[in-house]
Amino acid sequence: MSFLLGEHMTGGYGATDILHDCSIGVEKGEIAVIVGPNGAGKSTAMKAVFGMLPLRQGRILFNDQDITHLKPEERVLRGMGFVPQNQNVFTSMTVEENLEMGAFIRTEPIADSIAQVYDLFPILKDKRRQPAGELSGGQRQQVAVGRALMTHPQVLILDEPTAGVSPIVMDELFDRIIEIARLRVAILMVEQNAKQALEIADKGYVLVQGHNRFTDSGEALLANPEVRRAFLGG
Amino acid sequence: MTDILNALTLLANFLIIPGLTYGSQLALGALGVTLVYGVLRFSNFAQGETMAFGAMITILVTWGLQSIGVSIKPLPTALIAIPIGITVTAILTLAIDKVVYRYHRERRANPVIFLIVSIGVMFFMGGLIRFIIGPGDQIFFDGTRFILKAQEFKEMTGLNEGLSLKMTQAVTIAIALIIVTAMFWFLNHTRTGKSMRAYSDNEDLALLSGIDPDRVVMVTWIIVAALATVGGTLYGLDKSFKPFVYMQLLLPIFASAIVGGVGNPVGAIAGGYVIAFSELILTFAYKKVLLYLGPDNLELDSLIQFLGTDYKIAVSFIILVIVLVIKPTGLFSGKTI
Amino acid sequence: MAAFYHQYRNQILFSVMAGLLLAVAVIQGLSVSLTILNLCLISAIMSLGVNIQWGYAGLFNVGVMGFAALGGLAGVLISMPPVSEAWQAGGLGIVLGLIITTGTIAASLYTWSRVKYSKRQRYWAIAGIVILGYALLRVFFDPSVTAIEAINPSVTGYLGGLGLPILIAWPVGALFAAGVAFVIGKIALGLRSDYLAIATLGISEIIIFCIKNEEWLTRGVKNVNGLPRPVPYEIELQQAQWFQEWALDFGMPVDDASAIFVKICYALLFIVVIAVLLWLSETALKSPWGRMMRAIRDNETAAAAMGKDVTWQHLRVFTLGSAVIGLAGAMLTTLDGQFTPVGYNPLRFTFLIWVMVIIGGSGNNWGAVIGGFFIWFFWIEAEPIGLWLIETLTSGMARESAVRAHLLEGAAHMRLMTVGIILLVALRYAPEGLIPEKKRQ
Repeated sequence: MSFLLGEHMTGGYGATDILHDCSIGVEKGEIAVIVGPNGAGKSTAMKAVFGMLPLRQGRILFNDQDITHLKPEERVLRGMGFVPQNQNVFTSMTVEENLEMGAFIRTEPIADSIAQVYDLFPILKDKRRQPAGELSGGQRQQVAVGRALMTHPQVLILDEPTAGVSPIVMDELFDRIIEIARLRVAILMVEQNAKQALEIADKGYVLVQGHNRFTDSGEALLANPEVRRAFLGG
Repeated sequence: MTDILNALTLLANFLIIPGLTYGSQLALGALGVTLVYGVLRFSNFAQGETMAFGAMITILVTWGLQSIGVSIKPLPTALIAIPIGITVTAILTLAIDKVVYRYHRERRANPVIFLIVSIGVMFFMGGLIRFIIGPGDQIFFDGTRFILKAQEFKEMTGLNEGLSLKMTQAVTIAIALIIVTAMFWFLNHTRTGKSMRAYSDNEDLALLSGIDPDRVVMVTWIIVAALATVGGTLYGLDKSFKPFVYMQLLLPIFASAIVGGVGNPVGAIAGGYVIAFSELILTFAYKKVLLYLGPDNLELDSLIQFLGTDYKIAVSFIILVIVLVIKPTGLFSGKTI
Repeated sequence: MAAFYHQYRNQILFSVMAGLLLAVAVIQGLSVSLTILNLCLISAIMSLGVNIQWGYAGLFNVGVMGFAALGGLAGVLISMPPVSEAWQAGGLGIVLGLIITTGTIAASLYTWSRVKYSKRQRYWAIAGIVILGYALLRVFFDPSVTAIEAINPSVTGYLGGLGLPILIAWPVGALFAAGVAFVIGKIALGLRSDYLAIATLGISEIIIFCIKNEEWLTRGVKNVNGLPRPVPYEIELQQAQWFQEWALDFGMPVDDASAIFVKICYALLFIVVIAVLLWLSETALKSPWGRMMRAIRDNETAAAAMGKDVTWQHLRVFTLGSAVIGLAGAMLTTLDGQFTPVGYNPLRFTFLIWVMVIIGGSGNNWGAVIGGFFIWFFWIEAEPIGLWLIETLTSGMARESAVRAHLLEGAAHMRLMTVGIILLVALRYAPEGLIPEKKRQ
């Protein structure tokens, strides 16, 4: 039984289902990556896990508890963190204020957590007084991840964290994500850059039309000729 | 030299002091509009009536205090009645939010629907105010009328022109300063204030961060009630309290908010002063000033006025139109608080 | 029962309205009932205009009364006889003033369109032109205004009009309103939706302020009385042989009969206008253009993506709706026989028209009409009903009780409050209105 598990998820926004009996899970300290062609339901699967999609069937288990019916905000309280793909920072607020807002639900002092985020992303420390809207794309992503980390989540869910950033920034971000995983955080992310993502993934899910097509370790998926041919461009 | 001083005194007396006073009143009103726009995302047409309601409660309490002989002379008694005015107004705005706005908010209604709803609220409040206190003029000012009298100034300086400072003007400027400072401190340095800014900036992300939207909305209405009560009372003290006048304030207030950039508090304050000074500068008769500054034999048969005093209201509209044409986002572009 | 209502809803609603007017005729007299009917008809036209803007396109116009006042102004300018002394005294200055204004606007627009390379230079150039034009205007205009206003101020003191039949003022009023609406729409449409609301609030306040203050044009608060009528005068009727006999046949005193006859004439005129407008509106709504408008209203982004010029369509529909409101404004002045600038309350009556549209059914022309009828009827009748209610409720109190006096005094304001509440309740519980918009596939 995984630490976070979406089991047999079926559902969609309107009358037609996007997900069909799709299952996704991740362990503590592990990185799980969802990949697949466009329109495969990658983001939808991840949103379903976070409670942003009504499920007709299936359930979500977190830490051995059924959280299928909790709202996203309530999941945050239980220890899940989420980094949306777009509009994932408060643009008019400074970097530090963004981090403070991330820790809004915590009542204890948060100076240590902020320091931790600055250790992870040193550039943010220099820019702490700058409005997040003035930062570059990669720095913004760091703020977004940092904001989500402020609650000390046990699971961190990332929606295409490297969308729109340069390859160098992407490698850097992946390095940080590995570091976060080493802190015993379970990481679930959707990635467009399937190859690079699978290289750092402990577990990979290849989705096609809302179905689980392949599920294996990242390494094994990269080695699988069928996956390579169909999804990784050879 | 004396001529220049005389001219400056004239300007200070008829432009600068009244401009600062009126600008402060507009700024308080525009701040309320901007806060509602930033957090609740609609243009609140009921702002003028909210100001009138707050002022009305303050007046009723002031009368009560006056009748039992409470006085804080030289300051007007109304100042100690304001907290009660704010409390009652806050209760009303919160009740209206619960009964009226919340339903549409939960359904994520179109901003125009909110706007129409706010006009309904405006008429409801307008009727309520006229029902309670009547449509007529109400006087509730007491305390010392002048801090500095024109005559005293003339004697002090030996100038021809007098400079007077009314108590209400000084009180207005001082209180507006205090309120605005307090509000910025609140928005930038407290957890709740920051959460309001966050909610205004990015509602979805604010929810993900665990910010409670109901609380943000509640705090917003309380602040709006406070700003409206203070602004309305100061306006009533300085000019006079007449419900109809507050309805007419709506246009300059909206103009102030838009000139500064709707949703931006700094902009709202700047906008308030821009509108107030434009009104005064354009309707001021420069004849006397020019007589002082010009050559001695200068003769003028007109008042040298850009616009008749009657057309004050047109000024805010013209500025509004200019801003809409040139820079619709306002001077301090911004949609968040 | 419900099915029956749904099938014959329009007929039932209009029958109820007719019944109410009949009841008033029986209780308060036929004359009162006809007065209400005439104003109901004008309200219905105004709400048709607002419905074109709101119901078809989702545009929110807060300046209904300003546009109506422009229509009323047309009534004065078209129908009143010219005051020749005033024209002699200041006509030249006024005409010069008009030329200068037009010239300034033309020069500004020209500069705006030609000087593109530097924004700052463009603004300064335009500011210079405007200031120069304004100074010139003041030089020529002000003395003329003073001269005109000095001529027999208790009777005229203004330029008068063209002395044409007042029916011509109806289309002209529509044109006036359309012209101003076009300019305002050009400025405020395409921006955030509430800017239009604020801009229309502003323009209507300015229009009403101008007609109150520009005495050379409108006599301001002194009102223009005795506008010519499109229907016979009571006094003529009373002296006419045929009418006296006719009244005798009905067994009515000639005075009463003449008053009622005049009101019926107005009503017939208005009904013709409303019938034409309804026919046009219904045809427009069913046309491809009407479908496109509603598509834009329901999903602006999608419509824009399909290549529709949303702003241009909005501008058209906004101008059209304002023209209808201007027409109604001219009709109102015609009915009153006088132009009273202080009577135009920028927000209050605008709000009433809005309530008519929303209660009637946004997007449905028949709904707008029935809403106009119902709301005007209750607006008029609420006062006697409210007074009666408070009288009854407080009848137990002492005659000179202060509470009772306060309540009676406040009754007038309850009306406004009630309309506010009606709107809030309607928006929440019955946003579709009495006659909902027909949803087509």
